[in-house]
Amino acid sequence: MTYVKPTFRHPKLARNTIGFAKADYEGAISTLCAGCGHDSISGAIIQACYEMAIEPHKLAKISGIGCSSKTPTYFLGNSHGFNSVHGRMPSVATGANLANKDLIYLGVSGDGDTASIGLGQFGHVLRRNLNMVYVVMNNGCYGLTKGQDSATADVGSISKAGSNNPFEPIDLVGLALELGATFVARSFSGDKTQLVPLIKAAMSHPGFALLDVLSPCVTFNNNAGSTKSYTYIREHLSATATMDFVPEEQEITVDYAEGKSTSVVMHDGSLVQLHKLSPHWDPTNRRSAMERVQQAKQDGEVLTGLLYLDPDSQELHDTLDTVDEPLNTLREDILIPSSEALDSINEAFR
Amino acid sequence: MSSIPAVNDMVIRFANVNGTGSASANDLFAKAMFRMGLPVSPKNIFPSNIQGLPTWYEVRINERGYLGRRDGIDLLVGVNPQSYRKDIDSVRPGGYFVYDNTKRLHDEFIREDIHYIGIPMMRICMEHYQNPRHQQLFKNIVYVGALAALLDMEMEVIKDIVSQQFQKKEKLIPPNFQALELGYNYAQQHFDCPLDIRVERRDNTGDSILIDGNTATALGAIFGGATVAAWYPITPSTSVVKAFETYCKKLRVDPETGKKKYAIVQAEDELAAMGMVIGATWNGARAFTATSGPGVSLMSEFIGLAYFAEIPVVLVNVQRGGPSTGMPTRTQQSDILSSAYASHGDTKHPLLFPSTPAECFEMSATAFDLADRLQTPVIMMSDLDLGMNNHMSPPLAWDESRRYDLGKVLTAEDLEGMEKFGRYLDVDGDGICYRTVPGTHPTKGSFFTRGTSRDEYARYTEEGAVYERIVDRLVKKWNTAKDYVPLPELYQEGNQSAQGVLFFGTSTYSALEALDLLKERGISLDALRVKAFPFHSSIYQFIQDHEQIFVIEQNRDAQFRSLLINELEIPPHKLTSVLNYDGMPITADKIMQEISSHLPVAELVTTNNQGNSHDLR
Repeated sequence: MTYVKPTFRHPKLARNTIGFAKADYEGAISTLCAGCGHDSISGAIIQACYEMAIEPHKLAKISGIGCSSKTPTYFLGNSHGFNSVHGRMPSVATGANLANKDLIYLGVSGDGDTASIGLGQFGHVLRRNLNMVYVVMNNGCYGLTKGQDSATADVGSISKAGSNNPFEPIDLVGLALELGATFVARSFSGDKTQLVPLIKAAMSHPGFALLDVLSPCVTFNNNAGSTKSYTYIREHLSATATMDFVPEEQEITVDYAEGKSTSVVMHDGSLVQLHKLSPHWDPTNRRSAMERVQQAKQDGEVLTGLLYLDPDSQELHDTLDTVDEPLNTLREDILIPSSEALDSINEAFR
Repeated sequence: MSSIPAVNDMVIRFANVNGTGSASANDLFAKAMFRMGLPVSPKNIFPSNIQGLPTWYEVRINERGYLGRRDGIDLLVGVNPQSYRKDIDSVRPGGYFVYDNTKRLHDEFIREDIHYIGIPMMRICMEHYQNPRHQQLFKNIVYVGALAALLDMEMEVIKDIVSQQFQKKEKLIPPNFQALELGYNYAQQHFDCPLDIRVERRDNTGDSILIDGNTATALGAIFGGATVAAWYPITPSTSVVKAFETYCKKLRVDPETGKKKYAIVQAEDELAAMGMVIGATWNGARAFTATSGPGVSLMSEFIGLAYFAEIPVVLVNVQRGGPSTGMPTRTQQSDILSSAYASHGDTKHPLLFPSTPAECFEMSATAFDLADRLQTPVIMMSDLDLGMNNHMSPPLAWDESRRYDLGKVLTAEDLEGMEKFGRYLDVDGDGICYRTVPGTHPTKGSFFTRGTSRDEYARYTEEGAVYERIVDRLVKKWNTAKDYVPLPELYQEGNQSAQGVLFFGTSTYSALEALDLLKERGISLDALRVKAFPFHSSIYQFIQDHEQIFVIEQNRDAQFRSLLINELEIPPHKLTSVLNYDGMPITADKIMQEISSHLPVAELVTTNNQGNSHDLR
C-alpha cells in the first residue's frame, strides 16, 4: 500500500526565506507504529530543514535497513532518497558525497544498522570525516523482526518478552569520540527543543556529525525494565547544556551571564551557543567530552546535548584535495587526456 | 646429447628468490628481446609471499608471434638452490641450465641430457662491488649480461634500456653497465657463444607495446571518464587502482590549483568499495572498483541492489585461482558463473571478456558507457595472466571524436517540461527507463531509490502483479543489452568445418596457436571468440551451424559451457570442453591434444611439446 499526502498548500501558509512552506519538507505518511520515537525525529528534521531554508534538491537522504531506515520516505519528499542495504549506508553516502560535494548528505540509521551489522562502516566513515549528518534512531532493539535486543541495549535491560540482556552495550557517542569524530551529540526524540538546533548545527558542520537520538520503540521496548523506554529516559535525562544555533546571517541578540555560556564559531560563520549546565566541561575539548560521557555513564544518567565539536574539522574532500566543482559535473573536455598524452603513454611501453 | 637448434623460438625461465631484485633484471631481458623486434610473452610465476620463497619468470620468444604459454624450457637461469631439483627437471633434453657456480653444483643435480653453464655470479659481484646490497642486486644484471652473450642479444639495446630506466639516477648507470659486461665477458671467454638456441633481430613487433592488462584497464577508466575509484587491496587486481592513481596524478590534476579531478578511496572492505561506487554513480559520477573472486563474493549483496534499483556500476574482476583463497597468485577463468549471476534472487549481469591489454583499455572505457546506458552493473572479466603480466599488444587507441554515452539521464529542462516523472517507467519500450541525478531540479524528478519492490513511480509495493511487471521489464532490458555489448569475433569467412572452436579472454593466445598447429596437420576448424555476455544471436548461430563445438576455458567445471547451455538452450552433448585449471595459462599443445583426441584422425605428432609439464611446487 502506498500513502500519498495531498499537495495542496493554503496560499497564506507561512513560508521560509526561499518560499517553501513547512509542508514542502514533509514526505509520505508514516507507516511506523503510532507513538514511534522515529516519527518525532522525522518531525525535527522537517522543522530544521524548513528553518534553515534548505532547497530540497540540495539534500540527499540515505539510509540502511530497519524501521529507522524507512523514515526518509516520511520526510523531505522533494529530495532524492536512497534506502540501501543493511549496515552499508555509510559507504553509499561516501560515494555520493565524492561525486557531488555540494549537497547536504543526511544519513539515517538505527542501532542495529549502525552498532551491529554496520559497525565497521560506521567506524570508517567517521574516521574519514565524511561531510554528512549521521542520525542514529536508537531504540535498543530490532523492531521489524519483532523486538530482539540490539547492541546498544544496556546490560540488564529487560525486553518485552521478559529476557534480561547480558551484554555490554556499544555506546555510540563514546565510540565516536574515541575514533576521532568531529561533531558528537546525543538527544532524545521527545526533546524537539534540543533536537532541532542540534540537527541545524550538524548540517552546518563541515565533516562527520553524529546525532545519536534515543527513540523509544513503543511496541517492543517501552516496557517496565527497559532502559530505552519513554519513562526511563525521561527520569534519567541529563543535558550538557541548552543550546541555540545561530546561522551566520543572523545577529546574536541574546546575552548570557559570563561563565555560563560558551560560543563555538563554525566554518561557515554560524554560531553554536551553549548555556552550560556543568562548569567543568568544554565542548571543543575531546578529552573533557570523553570524561563527561564516562561520568554520566557511571552515574546512570542519559547525557544529551552537544558533547563535542571540533571547530577545525577537515572533511574528506579537503583531505583528498579535490577540485571545487563537483566531480559529477566534469565531462569529456576535462576528463579525456589529449592524443599527445596517449602517444607518450604508448611510447613509454615500447 | 640431443640438440634442438632454434633461432627466435624458445622459452627461457628464471628461477629466483622472491624479494631479491630479480624482477627488474628479468623485465630488462624481456624488453631487450622486444626491442630487437621479437614478439615476447613474459610471465611471472610468483608465490603469495614478500620475501624468501621461490619465484619464477618465464619468457617465450617467438618470431611468429605466438604469445601463449608453452611447456618445455629451453634455457633455465637457476639462481635459487631451494628449487634446483624442480628447475633442473624442467629443462627439456638438450636444453641449458645456467647457474651460479660460485659454489660447486652437487652431483645429485647432474643430468646427462642437458648442458650446464656455470657463471660465478656471486664471486664476480663480491670482487667488483663493495656494498652488500649491490653484490646481491648486480648478480641479477650479471646473468642478463651472460645471456646476451649466450643467446646473441644486442648489448646496445640492453644498455639503452638501462640508461632510460636510470635517467633520474644517473650514477647507477655505470655499475649496471659494468655488471652487464662482466657477465657478457665471462660467458664469451668460457663458453662457445652463441649457443645453438639464439636470437636475431627481426621487425616483427610493429608499433606494438609491452604492457600489463591492469595498467591498460586503469588507463581505460581514465579515458572512460571515471572520477571516483573505491577499492580494497587484493591480488591480482591491486595494480588496477594503483595505476589509476599513478596516471591520474599525471593527467587529472588541475595545473593551476594542483587540485584533483578524481577521488580515490581505499575502502575498509570490498562491501564498502562497492557501496561507494553505487553511491557515486547514483549521484551522477562515473565510478569503478577492481577486485578478484573473493571480493565479488563480498560485493554480491550490493551487486543485487544495483541490478534491481538499476544503478550503473563498473566492476573489474581480475580472476585468480579459486575457490576460497584458492591459488591467489595463479590464474584461472573460474568466476564466470559467480559473476554472471552474482547476488540472490533473479539477477544477471553483462560481462566483458578482454584478451589483450589493448582490449582491456577499450573495454574498460566501454564498460562505463554500457553501465550508464543499461543502468546496471557491468563486470569486466580479466584474469591474473592478463592483468599482471606484460603482453605484447597493439597500442592503446582512442577515437578523438568519441563521446560518452551517459544513457537516459534527465536534465532540469527535461523535467521542467514533464507532467509526471516515473523512474521505472519504460517510456521507449526498450526496457531502459529514465533516471534523474540528485540536485537536478528543486521540485521535480526526485524519487526514492530502494532495493525493495516498487512500482513504475518508485513507490514501495508488495503487489505481485506490479513486481512481475518490473522484473519482466528487466528481462526486456537484458534482451536490449544483447545488441549493445561487443560483438564476437569470427576467424573465418562463412563456415568451413563441421566442428567449431569457441573461446574467450586469455585462452585466445593459445587457442589461435593451436588452430594454426592443427591447420599445419591438415585440420582446419572454424573459430569464434566471445567478447561479451549476454550472448549475441551470432554466437547461437555459430553453435547451430556446427555439429560439434569445442569450448576452451580455464576452470574445472566448464562454467562457460554451462552458461552457453543455460542461456542459449544448447543441447549439452554438442559442447565439448577443453579445460585447464592448474593455475598456469593454458598451452596450445594442451588444446591441440584435447581437440585432436575427439577428432577421427590419426594421432597427432607434436613438435611443440618439448619438455616436462610446468609442475612448480
